[in-house]
Amino acid sequence: MLSIWKKIPEQIKRLSFLVILIVAGYLLISPLFIPPDFGKYGHFRASAVEEIASQQMNYVGHEICANCHEDVSVIKSKGYHKNVACEVCHGPAFLHAEDPGSATLEAPRGRSYCTLCHEYLPSRPTGFPQIVAISHNPMKPCITCHDPHKPEPPVTPKECSACHATIARTLSISYHIYLPCTRCHETPEKHKINPREFTPSKPSTREFCGGCHSIDAKSDKGIPRIDLATHGHRYVCWQCHYPHLPEAK
Amino acid sequence: MEELIYHLTNILKEVSGYIYPNEIELHWGLLIVIYPYLTGLVAGAFILASLVKVFNVKELQQTYRLSLLTALSFLIIAPLPLLVHLGHPEKSFEIFLTPNKSSAMAMFGFVYAWYLMAVLLLEIWLDYRKDIIIWASSEKGIKKWIHKLVSLFSSDISERAIKFDKKAIKAITIIGIPSAFLLHGYVGFIFGSIKANPWWSSVLMPIAFLFSAMVSGIALVLLIYMVIYSWRPKGINMQCLDKMASYLFYVMIVDFSLETLDFIHRTYEAEESIKILAELVGGKLFVSLVVIQVLLGMIIPLGSIATAKLFKMPEELRKLIYFVSSILILIGIFSTRWNIVIGGQLFSKSFRGLTEYKMTIFGLEGLLVSIGIMLSPILILYVLTKILPPWEEVRNP
Amino acid sequence: MRNNESSEKQNRRKFIQHFLFACASFIIPGIIGAQELVRKVGTWVLKNGYVPSEHHWGMGIDISKCIGCGRCVDACKKENNVPKEPFFFRTWVEQYRFLENDGVVVDSPNGGINSFKAETSEKNIIRSFFVPKLCNQCDNPPCVQVCPVGATFKTADGVILVDKEYCLGCRYCIQACPYGARFLHPETRIAEKCTFCYHRIIEGLDPACVEVCPTQARIFGDLTHKASPLVRFKRMNNLSVLKPSLNTEPKVYYANLDGEVR
Repeated sequence: MLSIWKKIPEQIKRLSFLVILIVAGYLLISPLFIPPDFGKYGHFRASAVEEIASQQMNYVGHEICANCHEDVSVIKSKGYHKNVACEVCHGPAFLHAEDPGSATLEAPRGRSYCTLCHEYLPSRPTGFPQIVAISHNPMKPCITCHDPHKPEPPVTPKECSACHATIARTLSISYHIYLPCTRCHETPEKHKINPREFTPSKPSTREFCGGCHSIDAKSDKGIPRIDLATHGHRYVCWQCHYPHLPEAK
Repeated sequence: MEELIYHLTNILKEVSGYIYPNEIELHWGLLIVIYPYLTGLVAGAFILASLVKVFNVKELQQTYRLSLLTALSFLIIAPLPLLVHLGHPEKSFEIFLTPNKSSAMAMFGFVYAWYLMAVLLLEIWLDYRKDIIIWASSEKGIKKWIHKLVSLFSSDISERAIKFDKKAIKAITIIGIPSAFLLHGYVGFIFGSIKANPWWSSVLMPIAFLFSAMVSGIALVLLIYMVIYSWRPKGINMQCLDKMASYLFYVMIVDFSLETLDFIHRTYEAEESIKILAELVGGKLFVSLVVIQVLLGMIIPLGSIATAKLFKMPEELRKLIYFVSSILILIGIFSTRWNIVIGGQLFSKSFRGLTEYKMTIFGLEGLLVSIGIMLSPILILYVLTKILPPWEEVRNP
Repeated sequence: MRNNESSEKQNRRKFIQHFLFACASFIIPGIIGAQELVRKVGTWVLKNGYVPSEHHWGMGIDISKCIGCGRCVDACKKENNVPKEPFFFRTWVEQYRFLENDGVVVDSPNGGINSFKAETSEKNIIRSFFVPKLCNQCDNPPCVQVCPVGATFKTADGVILVDKEYCLGCRYCIQACPYGARFLHPETRIAEKCTFCYHRIIEGLDPACVEVCPTQARIFGDLTHKASPLVRFKRMNNLSVLKPSLNTEPKVYYANLDGEVR
């Protein structure tokens, strides 16, 4: 052992001392600075989770509102807005729930808030009630006609376009513009009130379209015609032609 | 905060196509361009020094100590841009306390410490040890004490000790080459391992980083050598210069091939991201990538060095070509880093749009701080040459 | 001749010795770090009695139900005090419009917080929809992988969180996130992202965005509880996740997602 020690040149002994000092210093000092709960449940500070968990809440949740506002929540639970949480329109209510006297909530009264959801946008799912605000009773606040807690059209809409705006717009530049929707879609009356439970039908046979478009149909001369016997007989017409804009290429 | 919002609002106007809203702010700016640039210079300069020891390239003997000191002065500054760009530099020590083993960045501390302590400092120390002791014995005042401290107050210059030093240097150089590869290859890995970013994510990244590092490091030492030795009494040794230029040329060929391979591979595979990357290269990166990086930084220097060698041009002309070429190469490699770091953040990860990088002049991440960081290694090198003169004539036989 | 050979052999042996020594010294930092693994993970109970390991949170998003009203974006900003400026979002809504000439137009003005405006060129749109985006709470999170210090991590319930006190602000996680879900808070200079409203879910509440979604396009729940709306959502829909090829294994599942969405 001693002989090995003697073989090591003097400068290396000095250097080794320095290196050992640095490495030992790192190994001894670094644990002192590591947060004590680091690595307890994984490679992180366990108390960070408590810190994040203690964040102040702003939205209190719709269940709390019903505790005091039972009247409104009963009305709301029967209407189309039953799944729209109170805080969507009235804003975050945590402070209000803690102390209703000092923290009051607002209700949007102008037209601009309702249109966030109900303005017509082509990207919105078809069937979702939409209006074109500039032509829909301009300037009139929505709440004069619609109760936001139980919103219903003051009169049941006659026009399908009230909800099916995208289709109506497509149709407006099509030759089929003069066909009423009900010509092709048999629509139960209840569809206007319960749209998803009572759905309209679609033509299920080739002969339906053939009523106007087959070569022997008794219809206007200008209408394009085909021979049902030879023309694409494996398909119902609308599987290839988009009936709301049949001339689309 | 207002300043940042104003800055981002201006950038918003330049956004084309669709980009995720959080991506409008470009997070790794000029400082992170400088960081791989500096480490690249370190690795390159060290590898040049290693050529002398490992492959016994006699012509380059003059540049051995100079390259080592250059590598050291740039290595000291290399972590600075990283530190300055942090949101909380005061917490940076955490990287040594609780390094996340799966994080390439966490390992930086260790790779850096290894390279600085175990390789570069050790090699310089061993190489200079005998000289330092001899200098210290004949000096006075503060310089004597600096040299004494550096030699760890040892005065052993017996033949046995010196013989050991020489052996150890060789061993360290042998460890040093893979270490230099590791240092810079690892910097490439920081980018190359980000699978979310198709501009970065590539196995070639560490290798391409490495060779471009060698190119820039050799060019830097060549430049420093030319500048310093044209003032020194001995003057520029043309053999040494030619040799460096040859090595520069060979390494550039490899680097250029790797970059071309990367380009061909990407365009041939034409993955999902190819459209946006093509838009990027043809548009916002055209000047910095096609013109500066490839044309000015690669093709022109390659062509002129080749011509200088092929037609055996006169000395003065060769010197001029080497000088201009190495400046072009240094700019070109800086541009390479820019194109990787900034370019990789200019396109959206939705592959549908591009954002803009607007450099600021003032502030920590601004141009002035960056210029300061880039120039400080030169200052350190100046100080180092005073303490540890790398000149052949002061070397003790 | 023989002498030469043996010295060469010796040299080679030396080289190998040095090399092995070098390799060993690379591994040492790893050994030091590995000590943590030895510490066993016990049962972890938060102050309010919540046990992270008993849950595994996920979210379902039904594209065909989203109306792009932006209430989720608004609620998220209000609940979590996210800066109002249009560069910082924990969640946002994108609008996709497919044009007749095969082009796709995507936008998200101010993250969709004020809903969207109809464009005049809409005649050319053949199909269109909204996509709410947020942190995907990946089971294989690239952000956690790259964080140098362990400031972002996955808890036992699968949620990815950021430790405000520990984050350096190096922004490597922002680079590593394929979904653009992270940003640097302009004031605190630390990385931020969606926490699934961790402070709410541990109290049994829904995240704010789910709470306010007027059409139930967002469904939140526990993937381990068989009788949860989320598990039903997973059973009844054709699901996809964003950028599945990156193998991040998101826990935000999309129903009726178009392949163009990324």
